[in-house]
Amino acid sequence: MSVVPDVAATASPVRQQQHWSPSPTSRYVARRVLAAISTFIFVIFFNFFLFRIMPGDPIALYTRGRNVDPIQIHELRARLNAPIMEQFGQYLRNPFTGNGPSVKYSAPVWEVIGPHVWPTILLVGSATIIATIVGVWLGIRSGWNRGGKFDQVSTNTTLVLYSMPEFWFGMIMLIVFAVGVGPIPGLFPTGGISTPGVDTSSVKGVLDVAWHLFLPVTTLAVIYLAEYSLIMRASIIDETSQDYLKTARAKGLMDKMVRRKHAVPNALLPTMTLVFLNLGFVVGGAITIEFVFSINGLGSLTVDALSGPDVPLLQALFLLFSGAVIFANLVADLLYGYFDPRVRT
Amino acid sequence: MSVPTDDSRKIASPRAITRTRRRASRRLFLTSFRSSRSGMFGLTLLAIFALVAILAPLIFPRSALDVTQATAAPFLPPSFEFPLGTDDSGRSVLALVVWGARISLVVGLAATVLSMFIGTAVGITSGHFRGWLGAGLDRLTDWFLVIPYLPLAIVLATVLGRSLLNIIIVIGVTSWPSTARIIRAQTLSVEGRPYLERAKALGGSNFHQMTKHVLPNVMPLVLANTTLAVSISILSETTLSFLGLGSPDDVSWGSILEEGFAAGAISQGAWWYLAAPGICVVLVVLAFNLIGRAIENILDPRLELS
Repeated sequence: MSVVPDVAATASPVRQQQHWSPSPTSRYVARRVLAAISTFIFVIFFNFFLFRIMPGDPIALYTRGRNVDPIQIHELRARLNAPIMEQFGQYLRNPFTGNGPSVKYSAPVWEVIGPHVWPTILLVGSATIIATIVGVWLGIRSGWNRGGKFDQVSTNTTLVLYSMPEFWFGMIMLIVFAVGVGPIPGLFPTGGISTPGVDTSSVKGVLDVAWHLFLPVTTLAVIYLAEYSLIMRASIIDETSQDYLKTARAKGLMDKMVRRKHAVPNALLPTMTLVFLNLGFVVGGAITIEFVFSINGLGSLTVDALSGPDVPLLQALFLLFSGAVIFANLVADLLYGYFDPRVRT
Repeated sequence: MSVPTDDSRKIASPRAITRTRRRASRRLFLTSFRSSRSGMFGLTLLAIFALVAILAPLIFPRSALDVTQATAAPFLPPSFEFPLGTDDSGRSVLALVVWGARISLVVGLAATVLSMFIGTAVGITSGHFRGWLGAGLDRLTDWFLVIPYLPLAIVLATVLGRSLLNIIIVIGVTSWPSTARIIRAQTLSVEGRPYLERAKALGGSNFHQMTKHVLPNVMPLVLANTTLAVSISILSETTLSFLGLGSPDDVSWGSILEEGFAAGAISQGAWWYLAAPGICVVLVVLAFNLIGRAIENILDPRLELS
């Protein structure tokens, strides 16, 4: 009975002396990292069992729409007939390759995926950078003069862009600027990432890649800047009603300075978090764009794995996409915690 | 003397009071909605598309979709006979787009209803029960919120196979977490109010508390969310159908785009084949977005003008 107060009485001075309790910051970081790990573990389980709890013959799913060698089917059945926990153990040893080799390419999934990573990163990376810069600029301009001409035009345009399937916009871009409609000649290549035979490490090669990526990057950037500018606009509007802006004006700062030095830095935070949160979704959104522009990245590989379907490859890709999103989320959380100490409690 | 002379006030039962109050708030809502120009524009746009979808069989016979009965040449540009040109097998693109409106709208709405149902149920349950159930559902929502949407939908659609019902399930099952998150937050704020304490003290069951007290309070939020969710569902249907994961027997705007892309409409320069279904998607999605924003503005006046 008297144990409880005793412990409390002795514990608190000890804690004060040794600074034993973790700081709020490290506790915040630990919590976020643990959440990310738990999500990834969930995805690993989900990815395995989803393909096994579904009704029907899995062989039919693995080999749908293809002629498969009976020996291969026999091997596949032997593998799938192994006790579920044995399969799961195999899978856990390496979640990416544990589902067996790619059915379509007859090679380890890792080898199949490897060369497709860079085109996607190049596409998504440049589109994200452009979308962020232009979107933030648009959002600041229209939010600062809310209701003005610029705001009306920009908000209506972004709303329309926001309602657009990105692959459709890509196809229209292709027809207009690569194939040519009426008086407009085809200016850009219809697909691929470089002209075959051109060395991509030379200056000419880099320009060639830029020329090839112009349409797909523009398409993705235009679609994503819509969202960023809407968020940036909303957070700028949020800041305009804050007291510190009144103070800044009262001490005689020019409007431009109030915006640049006071409103924008505070309004940037939610937008930047969104950019990072979206990074993972942008990877998914690139699936259709890569398909339309025949860019040999992860997205095209996903579409390729669908026709089959090549289940082990699809599972590995799903894991990769989810891992990327979970990581991007963690980075966003940590950045938010770093810039806004209020969330670290 | 002190008895109210107004008769209607004396005999009002609790039920009648509720009804009058609801009617008044509905009237207020409609008046505010009517004053929103973009909201009314969205509603008109949507009404036109709904009408076209319902009347599709009267506008074009179903045989207009049959490849074997198409007589025109493939890839004809728009003309008087074919206002939107013809596709790769000589069918009228206008007929395809009109019939496609049905599937696109039905899938969009049905998937949204499913997703709202799951999202609201999970949200209220995880907000109401404080123990392991609430925490577990909250965790589950977190997990699903982080999993990238399109890859998940692709994986699910592959496992389930292609059919109209399956695409509805895929979209519904993948898009509920954001709703659950919002509804949970609202539930938590409702849970702290005195009338819930009263319901608990009077021995109302958990089910009674959730359906009679929490649900009516989160309902406006659910509705505002629904209109925005429909636009996402329609975009998802278009994307999944474009990737060849839609129903193989039905024409939707996404499947027209898929066929057009596969038939080489781009290299043929057949812009009319691809432009029409895409513009329809943009208009309908825009309509739902505008309506959703208008409703949000009414429910949360702080957002006004933003």
